[in-house]
Amino acid sequence: MTRHIRHAALFCALLLVALLVNAARVQVLHAKAYEANPANRRDAISRYQQPRGDILVGGRPVTGSRDTGEHLRYERTYRDGPLYAPVTGFASQEYGTTLLERTEDGLLSGAAPLLAPLPLWNEFTRSRNAGGHVVTTIDPAAQRAAYEGLRSRKGAVAAIEPSTGRVLALVSVPSYDPALLSGNGRTAREAWARLNADPDRPMLNRAVQRTYPPGSTFKVVTAAAALDAGVVKGLDKPTNSPDPYTLPGTTTRLTNGSKGCEDATLREAFVWSCNTVFAKLGVSTGVARMEATAESFGFNDTGVRIPFRVAPSTFDTSVDRAQLALSSIGQYNTRATPLQMAMVAAAVAGGGQVREPYLVERTTRAGGGTVSTAGSRPVRRAMHPATAMRMRELMRGVVEDGTGKKAAIPGAVVGGKTGTAQHGLGNSGTPYAWFISWAQGGEDMDAKVAVAVVVEDAAANRREISGGGTAAPIARAVMEAVLKS
Amino acid sequence: MSKAGTTLATADPPTPTVRLPRRRGVELALIVLAVLLSVYGYCAVGLARNGTVPPGAAGYGAGLGVLALVAHLAVRWRAPYADPLPLPIGVLLNGLGLVLIYRLDLEAPGEPAAPTQLVWSALGVALFTAVVLVLRDHRVLQRYTYVCVVVALVLLTVPILFPAVNGARIWIRVAGFSIQPGEFAKVLLAVFFAAYLAANRGALTYAGRRVWRLQLPTGRVLGPIVAVWLVSVGVLVLERDLGTSLLFFGLFVVLLYVATGRTGWIAVGLLLASLGAVAVGRLEPHVHHRIETWLHPFASIEAGEGPNQLAQSLFAFAEGGTLGTGLGLGHSVLIGFAVKSDFILATAGEELGLAGLSAIFLLYGLLVERGYRAGLALRDPFGRLLAVGLASIVALQVFVIAGGVTGLIPLTGMAMPFLAQGGSSVVTNWTIVALLVRLSDSARRQGAGGAAR
Repeated sequence: MTRHIRHAALFCALLLVALLVNAARVQVLHAKAYEANPANRRDAISRYQQPRGDILVGGRPVTGSRDTGEHLRYERTYRDGPLYAPVTGFASQEYGTTLLERTEDGLLSGAAPLLAPLPLWNEFTRSRNAGGHVVTTIDPAAQRAAYEGLRSRKGAVAAIEPSTGRVLALVSVPSYDPALLSGNGRTAREAWARLNADPDRPMLNRAVQRTYPPGSTFKVVTAAAALDAGVVKGLDKPTNSPDPYTLPGTTTRLTNGSKGCEDATLREAFVWSCNTVFAKLGVSTGVARMEATAESFGFNDTGVRIPFRVAPSTFDTSVDRAQLALSSIGQYNTRATPLQMAMVAAAVAGGGQVREPYLVERTTRAGGGTVSTAGSRPVRRAMHPATAMRMRELMRGVVEDGTGKKAAIPGAVVGGKTGTAQHGLGNSGTPYAWFISWAQGGEDMDAKVAVAVVVEDAAANRREISGGGTAAPIARAVMEAVLKS
Repeated sequence: MSKAGTTLATADPPTPTVRLPRRRGVELALIVLAVLLSVYGYCAVGLARNGTVPPGAAGYGAGLGVLALVAHLAVRWRAPYADPLPLPIGVLLNGLGLVLIYRLDLEAPGEPAAPTQLVWSALGVALFTAVVLVLRDHRVLQRYTYVCVVVALVLLTVPILFPAVNGARIWIRVAGFSIQPGEFAKVLLAVFFAAYLAANRGALTYAGRRVWRLQLPTGRVLGPIVAVWLVSVGVLVLERDLGTSLLFFGLFVVLLYVATGRTGWIAVGLLLASLGAVAVGRLEPHVHHRIETWLHPFASIEAGEGPNQLAQSLFAFAEGGTLGTGLGLGHSVLIGFAVKSDFILATAGEELGLAGLSAIFLLYGLLVERGYRAGLALRDPFGRLLAVGLASIVALQVFVIAGGVTGLIPLTGMAMPFLAQGGSSVVTNWTIVALLVRLSDSARRQGAGGAAR
């Protein structure tokens, strides 16, 4: 009997070994896979266990966290949600994150290894650091001015500081309140469905995620390319351009909205926005030099991040001469985000230099210690400094006695360019009204702000003037707000 | 072939030349350690959840300490030669179970289970004390072979008359308490099997017909035992308590093998088990579902229905990793229903990690080993079979439920001995430990008579 008891004991020992081996399999070998299973809510629970770090504008948080006492404990709240939605994006327990909430998520949620006091400390102690804060470059006064200006319209505003590339305003209207999506309950699901079904697409960040035909505002690029290439020798020399202009290789005749474009000087053509002159200039400059200048301004760059992705603005390079003519006046396949057009204005104001725009000034720990700062950004030369000086002159002319008079600010130097972009089948859509500009205060050494405004549903007036009529006052309000602060 | 003969046990004891060490001091030290560990766990839960030591810590420690001390004094008085390990292991596992249940109570403050469990633990220790005090010699139990089997069958049958709870008819509700009579039946059936097999070993081994290479015992001897087994298993299938039927079946096969030493029984047992498993798996949609879940624990996730309990349990174990999240810091409550009973081990796995889980498994292993050791040391076949049977109950039960919640075998509802919420289970397990203490005491007394082991 003893022998058989031993056999039975051996059997029990085998069961014990099987349990231990299997426990090691589940807890160590397969642990990673089980933890990564999307149905495993532990990650979400620990993520929402603590308040999320804040996004700061002008030294004040525009976000917050609310203790719901539920399983996923903290929910995101927003101060002035619709105003800052194009900057913050949303942080939803159900639908994930977007924009800054997405790109800075590691820091805000406390998961970023940078926040750990020691390497691997969090892995060892299974702790999570308090969420860090993100300090943005946004100027609250400029942001509000842009938002108020666009109110009840559809459109976007982007403003940057030419000397640094700091993004001062980023507005998209119609907007939405990201707080609606914070939770994971029925209200969040209903808001999500409603926002997605809205034909006005309030969750689309028009300032960076949507490209528009830039229309006449693109003439700044064409003029810079022509001046750099020496196609025009001076601002006041006649350009030998006919009116109407027959697109090369076609019988299509290009006309102007305004008079006096025949054989106009560059200054006149710029002030009165002559399509014929710039179409011809573009063709004379040639596709290679047009492409080089457009790309140095930032067109065709698919990797722009501020830190969230910016839709690439395009300048089509495989074109015939007729298409090049149209491309040069901001039509055909030329498309730009409002942020890109603000960069164009900034390049003129900044002596021909383009600085990559950025939105995050610095990031800090919960306690205030700095984690990272924006640092110096790469600089590109978009045009010769002398060309930039001439372009400043041209843009000032538009504000002082051209289509952009409504952007003038007493006591400050302001340059601008209007634009009206036709679109839709047979140009049937309501034209987009553009205005890009920069401003330099009376006592400032250099330009403080460059702005691009696009209004999608400007009054149904097909004339060039609508860029100056609808968009310019908004740009002026934004520039004033920056100059005052 | 059995080394201990069929007649034995009361061989004339010569006066012991050396006084046997009693090792009660070791037991007391280990009990103190077990109580301190439990109190530490209780405090750790409070510190992790609220940042303060829970207010009841002293009372809880004192309560557990007094219970353990009473049990210890009973052993000291009436079973002085007993093995010093089973009692501290029982105290530690019971204390740890209370900590885990208290910890899960904090997730849903509405219905605390820990106080009830403490009352049941007290009842269990009282029964332990009673058994140690009253049962002076385990052989007395042999007289009640048939009483045991009748009571066991009645206990197994009674719940059929009560309404099903969560799909299983294994509970009876009396005055607000729900009792699982099947738990008590385990011990009684172990006593019956041990006594009957001890009495009929010879007949089972040698008598009867030989069919091919298998020596079949006579029907007269085998009849009653197979009948009892069939009835108990049948009843449990009716009650849909498959874990317990599996346990009885395993117990039956192990004891039959130990008693007769015939490997053929294992073959027959396995054959019957497979037949039964296939039949039940085919016929019972409930069981079929369990097997499907075991094979594909994440199927419900892929089907978009969210994780099932087994998937949640696996997530909990995985989260624990090697060292665990720490007491009070896991999320095993996601398992939902039965998290304090069948799935209690998932909480241990998540919060104590593989290290803690292995320690718990080894504690059970040690308890089983002490049972087997008593079985080996005893001289009378009844005592040997009883010790082996009781130890095997613990081993099989741990394997069935721990293997079930960790995805090793299909999940069948059963209580983790001592850890899980459930009064009947705690009381039963304290009885098992009491019997093991008594058996080990007898073993060393007997051993002292002959060649001391």
